[in-house]
Amino acid sequence: MLTNADFLALAGEPGKFQAKINMRPRYIDADACTACGLCTQYCPKHQVDDYNEGLALTRPIHIDYAQAVPATYYIDPASCLHLQHDTCQICVPVCQSHAINFKQQPEERILEVGAVILSPGFGKIDTKVLEKFSYGKHPDVVTAFEYERMTTASGPFMGEIKCFSDGRHPRSMAFIQCVGSRDIGCNNGYCSSVCCMYAIKEALVTKEHDPEVDITIYYMDIRTQGKDFDAARERAEAIGIKFVRARVAGVTPWDKSLKLTYSTFDGQHKFVSHDLVVLSVGLESPKDAAKISQLTGVALNKYDFCATETFQPLQTSREGIIVAGAFQGPKDIPESVTQSSGAAALAAAVLRDQRGKGVVLKTYPDEQQVTPDDEVRVGVFVCHCGINISSVVDVADVAKYAGGMEGVTYYTESLYSCSQDAQEVLKQKIKEHKLNRVVIAACSPRTHEPLFQETLKDAGLNRNLFEMVNIRDQCSWVHANEPAAATDKSRDLVRMAVAKARHIQPLAEQTVPVTPRALILGGGVAGMTAALTLADQGYPSVLVEQGAQIGGNLQNLNYTLAGDQVAQHLKGLVDRIKKSKEIEVITNAELLQTAGFVGNFSSIIESGKGKTKKEQTVDHGVIVVATGGHEHRPDKYLLGQSKKVMTQMEFEKQLTGRAKNRAPGSIVMIQCAGSRGDDLSYCSKVCCNHALKNILKVKAINPDSQIIVLYRDMRAYGMAEDAYLEARKMGVVFIPYEVDRKPEVSQKSHQVQVSFFDSIMQEEVIMAPDLVVLSVGIVPDGTEKLSKLLKLPVTANNFFLEAHVKLRPVEMAVSGVYVCGLAHGPKPVDETIVQAQAAAAKAAIPLVKGFVTVDPIISCVDQDQCIGCGLCTSLCPYGAIEMKKVDKKRKAETITASCKACGICASHCPTFAISMGGFTNEQLISQIEAFGDRPKDMVEVA
Amino acid sequence: MSDKQFNPRILGFLCNWCCYAAADAAGISRFQYPPNLRTIRVMCTGRVDPSFVLRGFIEGADAIFTGG
Repeated sequence: MLTNADFLALAGEPGKFQAKINMRPRYIDADACTACGLCTQYCPKHQVDDYNEGLALTRPIHIDYAQAVPATYYIDPASCLHLQHDTCQICVPVCQSHAINFKQQPEERILEVGAVILSPGFGKIDTKVLEKFSYGKHPDVVTAFEYERMTTASGPFMGEIKCFSDGRHPRSMAFIQCVGSRDIGCNNGYCSSVCCMYAIKEALVTKEHDPEVDITIYYMDIRTQGKDFDAARERAEAIGIKFVRARVAGVTPWDKSLKLTYSTFDGQHKFVSHDLVVLSVGLESPKDAAKISQLTGVALNKYDFCATETFQPLQTSREGIIVAGAFQGPKDIPESVTQSSGAAALAAAVLRDQRGKGVVLKTYPDEQQVTPDDEVRVGVFVCHCGINISSVVDVADVAKYAGGMEGVTYYTESLYSCSQDAQEVLKQKIKEHKLNRVVIAACSPRTHEPLFQETLKDAGLNRNLFEMVNIRDQCSWVHANEPAAATDKSRDLVRMAVAKARHIQPLAEQTVPVTPRALILGGGVAGMTAALTLADQGYPSVLVEQGAQIGGNLQNLNYTLAGDQVAQHLKGLVDRIKKSKEIEVITNAELLQTAGFVGNFSSIIESGKGKTKKEQTVDHGVIVVATGGHEHRPDKYLLGQSKKVMTQMEFEKQLTGRAKNRAPGSIVMIQCAGSRGDDLSYCSKVCCNHALKNILKVKAINPDSQIIVLYRDMRAYGMAEDAYLEARKMGVVFIPYEVDRKPEVSQKSHQVQVSFFDSIMQEEVIMAPDLVVLSVGIVPDGTEKLSKLLKLPVTANNFFLEAHVKLRPVEMAVSGVYVCGLAHGPKPVDETIVQAQAAAAKAAIPLVKGFVTVDPIISCVDQDQCIGCGLCTSLCPYGAIEMKKVDKKRKAETITASCKACGICASHCPTFAISMGGFTNEQLISQIEAFGDRPKDMVEVA
Repeated sequence: MSDKQFNPRILGFLCNWCCYAAADAAGISRFQYPPNLRTIRVMCTGRVDPSFVLRGFIEGADAIFTGG
């Protein structure tokens, strides 16, 4: 990982690029820095904190935020007194670990790489665009990015929301949407896709802070098209956040507050005052987009985002160069994370021949046997962490106190227990004092446990014979002004840890081999892409398709909004699948049963019909679920009853046919037919763009056709906004309707009548168009059955529920199962392809490794104690405990490779038959007992 | 009632993935809070057997904190 680095040049060709990088000096030795923060405290110079959007001050020597990676401070040369004026250097003697190095020089490096991934993120909207909203003129007009920092508990104001003008808490607030996007005035015609959702989030957070504050969101269309995002809007409305459909013309200072001028749909001009105005600014292309394009040769689109195609959404115009994230177009976190995984899969395909080369395996000495009968010999090491701990906690006292505890044969203090030389000391002391348990009182096990465990392994000790006490992050840092109490707390925590350590036993390291093959359920664009992506990386898969042929919904699509010919791309995919030696396709097939766990699944597939019907068993290491979805056909609006009413998909088919009157003279389109609070509670994301796509087609065939679109929110997110604008320029009329006043379709002799309330003219309108086209939603396929077969969780709307919406968007909670396509949630073709590539990237991880490593802190069932009640099996969220027949009795057994060590089984087992490695009942109870076992003289100190 | 301020001893069970991480983050941000809490890290609060809570009270805890 090279941070603080600039990309200078790229030469060579795919598989053999040379990238020139400039490493800017950090002036801090990253290996020595312990991120204690003392340098920042002593640095005398202030500078504006860019991370906090300029709302706070920091020092030239700083870290951007607590969780920054790497957790290393750096010096900003533009404001450092020493680097600018050759003075100061106060930080040098302050740093206890001697990490500051002003001699560092910029360094140019040439990196030999096979592929390049561009992920520079997004840029900021020019503040000039914000001026008409009084941004920069009045302090109480802020951007949403600034407001995000204002509301953050860890931000500069600890989450307290105040007006900058006079420090009062705002009573009334406004969010203005579409600032710098959907605005051709600033040449940003596109929709930034994320602002509606973040405005709702920030409004909800504000309400959590202060339920009394009055919040209004001024919007054109609320674009919460993401999975389950509409629920957030409904939640916001339920707690009283107001949504006003209006374009705000301007904001002007007015007495102590701000005046918003806006016009509503019914033609009224209004103004209203608010205390605080938040501008929901859009996402701009990165400011150095042109430079990146020039250096790499990749093409940009008209808005300076990276140009890509629908069917190759991550492939730039230059082979071997891949794009991910907002540079490809504005997008939110789940989609960016998904794209990054997809990009990794594409890069892995380019680099496949290099895989595994240059790997050096580390060897360890033989492990010393430690049995429960051995004498317990605990070594306690108490860390000063420079002065981070010792400036508050009396480290010597804590160490000495530990020395008096039962089982402790050695105790010491160390200045930095994580330093390289301290590891050597640790190894040496383990040997010298024959230690068989190690307790380190220092920082957090979340960051440092792996380091110390590695040292234990180097010393020939099982890595689980280790316990860590957090006396820095959770003691000295949070009780900085109470040294006596902090020392007392440290003593208690060390006593509890030693009590636990006395009962720790070595745990066996377990690895499980992986069958290098994937089972892919569903042969639509998602399944096909996943199979091809895995094949490109060299991994075989079995593609199971329920229908007679692969292709899925692509078979019903003809063209895309971007103008792609779908059939041609579908043929390309099918041909590649057929030619691939790695992919076996089974059609007319379904999954009957799956047994096993990550790396070792075995499934029974039934295929064929009638006499050719057969069952086959497939062994595989991973499962990609891509069972897709289909059009929801609501029993409404005369669909299926009148030939003049059809869905967008049917209309698309008609438009690509040759019928003379395929693009009739008058058309009414009804959006959200059966969706968003109707048959389906959710938004299906694709329908607005599907309507726009068909509108443009109609206009190309019959420019005189009159089209009216009745909609709730036109969700032409991203670059599709251009098509929305084009349609309006062509005279297509878009009329919004309210959910409680839906349009009605009725049959009147040979005509179909549509009646609706025209919110612009404020009157009821009845029309008799030639055709009514319904934009219907998408429902998932196979989720109900598979959720039972594979124990996969689903959402309230019956789509598969990913392991984590943002962090693990294509993984399921069950290890070794990945999801993509419509079965995960409604989405267009390009997003489906990226998701399938991402699922393939994740699925390839166990296949590449060849084995699955199991953290030994998992559950273990004592089958002598087990009464076979099955409570654990029903409660396990990961499907990691199964019931087995052992000597004709039902017994629980942990599937080690699937267990995530949560311990729910252990805490519920009525016979205490389940123990958790490293967290046994015995260990935890001894820790609780030690909590109470305070020496009498200490009670008063607290 | 004595004049002495009530100074409770609190035993906490912290989930490794959320509350324990949050407690670390509180430290990194140098948030100050009263030193009355003694914590036990578990891999998930699902691990907390009700008997642990009762045991804590027996051992003299004035309150049990579960964070997960």
